[in-house]
Amino acid sequence: MEYEAVIGLETHVQLKTNSKMFTSVAYKFAEAPNTLTDPVVWALPGVLPVLNYSAIRKTIELGLMLGCEIPEITKWDRKNYFYPDSPKNYQLSQYDQPLCLGGGVEIEMEGANGSEMGAHRIVKLTRIHLEEDVGKLTHCAHDSLVDYNRAGTPLMEIVSEPDMHSADEVFAYLTSLKNTISFAGLSDCDMEKGQMRCDVNVSLRPKGSDKLGVKVEMKNINSTSNVRNCINYEIKRQKECLETGTPIVQETRRWDAVLGITQSMRNKEDAHDYRYFPEPDLMPVKISKELLDSIKANLIEMPFDRQRRYMSDYSLPYSVTSVMCHDRQLCEYFEKSLKAYDKNPKATANMLVNDLLRELSASSDEETQDDLVSSFDADAEKPVENKRRLDDSCLLTPENLAGLVKIIDDGAISKQIAKEVFVEMFNTGKTAEAIVEEKGLKQNSDSNELEAFCQAAIDANPKAVGEYKAGNEKAINALIGPVMKASKGKANPGMLLGILKKLIK
Amino acid sequence: MSEEIFYKSVSELDAMLDAKQISASELATAYIERTKAVDDKVGAFLSYDESSTMASAKASDERRSKGEKLSALDGIPVGLKDVIAVRGQKLTCASKMLENYVSPYTGTAARKLQEAGAVFWGRLNMDEFAMGSSCENSAFVKTRNPWDLERIPGGSSGGSAAAVAAGECVVSLGSDTGGSIRQPASLCGIVGVKPTYGLVSRFGLAAFASSLDQIGPFARNITDASILLKTIAGYDNLDSTSININIPDYSAGLRKDSLKGKTLGVPKEYFGEGVDAEVRKSVEDAIALCKSLGAEVKEISLPHTDLAIPVYYIIATAEASSNLARYDGVRYTHRSKDADDVLSLYFKSRAEGFGEEVKRRIILGSYVLSSGYYDAYYLRAQKVRTLIRKDFEDAFQSVDAIITPTSPTTAFKIGEKTDDPLAMYLSDICTINVNLAGLPGISLPCGFTQAGLPIGVQLIGKAFGEAELLSMAYAYEQEAGLFNKHPNL
Repeated sequence: MEYEAVIGLETHVQLKTNSKMFTSVAYKFAEAPNTLTDPVVWALPGVLPVLNYSAIRKTIELGLMLGCEIPEITKWDRKNYFYPDSPKNYQLSQYDQPLCLGGGVEIEMEGANGSEMGAHRIVKLTRIHLEEDVGKLTHCAHDSLVDYNRAGTPLMEIVSEPDMHSADEVFAYLTSLKNTISFAGLSDCDMEKGQMRCDVNVSLRPKGSDKLGVKVEMKNINSTSNVRNCINYEIKRQKECLETGTPIVQETRRWDAVLGITQSMRNKEDAHDYRYFPEPDLMPVKISKELLDSIKANLIEMPFDRQRRYMSDYSLPYSVTSVMCHDRQLCEYFEKSLKAYDKNPKATANMLVNDLLRELSASSDEETQDDLVSSFDADAEKPVENKRRLDDSCLLTPENLAGLVKIIDDGAISKQIAKEVFVEMFNTGKTAEAIVEEKGLKQNSDSNELEAFCQAAIDANPKAVGEYKAGNEKAINALIGPVMKASKGKANPGMLLGILKKLIK
Repeated sequence: MSEEIFYKSVSELDAMLDAKQISASELATAYIERTKAVDDKVGAFLSYDESSTMASAKASDERRSKGEKLSALDGIPVGLKDVIAVRGQKLTCASKMLENYVSPYTGTAARKLQEAGAVFWGRLNMDEFAMGSSCENSAFVKTRNPWDLERIPGGSSGGSAAAVAAGECVVSLGSDTGGSIRQPASLCGIVGVKPTYGLVSRFGLAAFASSLDQIGPFARNITDASILLKTIAGYDNLDSTSININIPDYSAGLRKDSLKGKTLGVPKEYFGEGVDAEVRKSVEDAIALCKSLGAEVKEISLPHTDLAIPVYYIIATAEASSNLARYDGVRYTHRSKDADDVLSLYFKSRAEGFGEEVKRRIILGSYVLSSGYYDAYYLRAQKVRTLIRKDFEDAFQSVDAIITPTSPTTAFKIGEKTDDPLAMYLSDICTINVNLAGLPGISLPCGFTQAGLPIGVQLIGKAFGEAELLSMAYAYEQEAGLFNKHPNL
C-alpha cells in the first residue's frame, strides 16, 4: 500500500525586542549565566508580570503578513508544569484566545534546476500565539545547571495545520517562514542560537484517505537539516510499523542527531496535564483598530512578492532573485543603488549577487580564521555566524556601486577592469571614477594605439593568423589575449575584433 | 514611658513629633521596649530588626529637625505582615519554605510607606501563605488575642491585628484574600480595611490568590486607617491589575455627619443561622445608631451569598496551587537534603516546607484545574462569581453601603477549630463575598460580648468608593466612641 505522510509544525521564534516578555530586563545571546535576570525572572515572592507591548505589536505584524485574523481580545493563560528551566513552574502562554488565527505561509518547492522557479503553494496556519521562553539546562555528571538568561524572552509559537506531506515541504515552509520573519526584522531566526526551534508532528495514512493516522510528536529540533532527517526517519519508521502491523503509539519522541534515529520520550498516558487557566495577574488585551491600522500601514513587502516584482519589473533572472530575495539588506542595497542609476538593473543585481557576496564572504572567512586562532578552546562553541552581513561596515556604498555600473555601460572601462575596480572599491570605499583615475585604468579606445597593439600581436602569432586565413574564424581569438596583455587590460574589447580583421585582410 | 503613648493615634503622634515633645527615635525605642515587654504573651511578631528600625527613626528625626517632614507618617512605627517584600528584610510568609529568605527588593506599598517616612517595625505573624482564619497555621509562632490570651486573634493577618491592638506598633499592613484583614480586625477590636481590588498595588505581596488579594491597613481608628490607605493606594505600572484613578485625601474628607441621608442595606442572608446572638445584637445596635445619625436602613437580599464559600475555595485554591509552584527547592526556598533527583527534590522540599493547610489547598486547587474537572469546577465557579458580583451591583442601585457582621463569631479558643477545616472556613462567611466582588470593605469595632471580647461590624462599599465608605465609618465610630478601649496586658 502507498502511504501519505501528514506533517504539522509548531515553530517557536524568539522575538527581537529590547526587553523580555513580562519584565524590563534585556535579552542577549551568550552572556554570562544568570546575569540577565531580575526578581521577575527569578520568580521571587511578590513579583508580577508586565506585558511587553512591543512583542504584541511584532506578533500582530507577522500575523498580518501571513494573512491571519487578529481577534479583538487576546489574553494570557498559565500553563502549569514543574521543570527547573521554568522559574515559576508555570509558563505564561496563550491557550484559547491567541493573538492571531488562521492565515498561511507561501512556500516554494525546489525547481527543476537552479534557474527555474519551483511550484508555489500556501501552507495553512492554525494560529500564532505569544508566550515566554524558558531557561537553559546543562546536565553534568552529578548535577544540572540552570541559566535563566533566556527565561522570559518573548517567543512566538507559529502552529501550522497538518498540511505538509514531505520533509522537502517542511524545509520549504521553514525557509519561507525564516525569510518572512527576518525580512520584517522580527527575529534573526538563527536555529543554532535557538532563535527558531520546531516541534514536528508526523502521521501516516493510506494515500487517498482523508482520515488522520496516529500522530507522533518530535520536540525541539534545532536545525533545518535535523528537521529533514528526523521527518524522513520517522516516515520510514512509521511505514515499517504499518507494513508489519506494529501499532503506532501516540507519543512524544526525541530526535537523536548523532544516531540519526527518534526515540520514545513519553506516551499519551504520561502526557502533562497543564492545568491551563487564565492568568489573573494580567488583564486581557484589547487590540484596537488604530493599532491594527498603524501596523498595516508599515508592513513590509513579502519576500516572494518582491521576487516576483524584481523578475517582472527589472527582468532579473530567477537565479539572481532567488539569492537576493532571501536577504533584506541585499534587496535594500539593490534598490538604493537603482535610485542612483537605474539604466541597468540586471548588471547591478549581478554585481551584488556575484561580486559583492563573494567579497563579503571572503572577508568574513579571514575574520573567522583570526577568531579561531585567538580564542582557541576545546570547549568553545563553534562559530555560528560565518557569513558577514551587509551592514554599515561595508565600505562600498550602493551609490558607488551604481557609479561603477554606469561607467561600464558608458564604455569607460572594460568588464575585465571592472572586476579589479570592484575589489578596490570594496576594500577602500572609493568611487569607481577615483580608482580608474588614480590607476589609469580608463579603457583605451584610441584606434591608432589599438592598431599598433594588434599589429604587434599579428606579427608575433603567424600560426593563428594562418589558421584564420585558412577559414578558422575562431583562431582570431588567440590574438585578443596578447593585445589585452600589451594594453594592460585597458583595450576596449568591442573594438579589437574589427581592427584585427581589418589588419589581417 | 507610660502605656498611654502606645495607644496614641497617628495624628496625635505627628503633632507630638512636630512639637518636639518626643523624637522618632524615642518613639521607636518605646515601641521596641513595648514589644519586648508584651510580645512574649501576644506573639504578634515573627522577627524584627532593631538596628534598621532605629536607623529609619534617626533619619526621620533629621528630616523633621530640618523641617523636611515627608508626611504625617514620618517617624511613625508601622508593622508589616510577613508577606510584604522589603529589601534586606526577611519574608517568610510564616512558612518553613521561606524560613531563611530575605527579599532583595521592596514592593510598591512598602516603598510608598518608606517614601512617606514611615518607620518599619517588625515582621508580623500570619497563617502560612495567608491561608487560615486564626493564625494557627503559622509555622513559627502562636499569636494570641490581646483581649484574651487563650483565644486566637483571627487570621490570616492575625499578627498585624494583634500588634496594633496590643500597642506594639501604631498601625500595620495586612493582606486580605477572603477576610484576612477584616476578620482579625474584628476579633481584635480595631479597624481593618480591605480596599477595592486594584486600588493598592500587589507588587511585592507574595501571592496567595491573585484575583482576590489586596493589601490594606490596620489601625485603631478610621482616621489613621485613612492616612495609611491614602499613602499606599494608587496606580502602579508594575501591577497590571492596578487601576489608574485619582486617590482622594481620605482623612481630609472624613465627616461626622456623613451618614445623614445615606441608605444602608442590610442583607438578610448575613444574619441567619451561625451568627452568634451577641454578635447579631451588637451589629443591630450599630445599625440603630447609624439610623439615629440620619441613615435610612433598608433590608436587601444578596441571593447568591451561600455560594461564596464553595466558589472561593475553588478560585482561591486554583490560583494558589499555581502561585505556590515557584516554591520548589530549586532556587531560594527550603531545599530538602535527601533528594536524589529533580522529582524527589520537588516532592521532599515541598513536603517538608509546606504546612498542612497549604498542602490541602494546593491539592484542592490542582484538582479543580485538572483536565476533565476544569469546566465543572473552575469555570463554573467563575460564572457564579459573576452572579455574586451582580448581586452587589444590583444592591448598590438602591443603597450607599451594605452593613453586616464582620465575623459570625467572636474570637474562638486556640485549638478549637484546628481539626475541622470546614468550620474554620466558615469564619470568613461574611467577608469572602466582598473579595469575590472586588469591593471595598471595612471592619470597625461595634461592641463587646459580656465576656469582654470585641465585636466588629462590616461596611461594604461601591468599587473605589473608599472615600465615602471611610467617611460613613468615621461618623459611626465618632458616635460609638469605642476607639478608646484597649486590652489590659
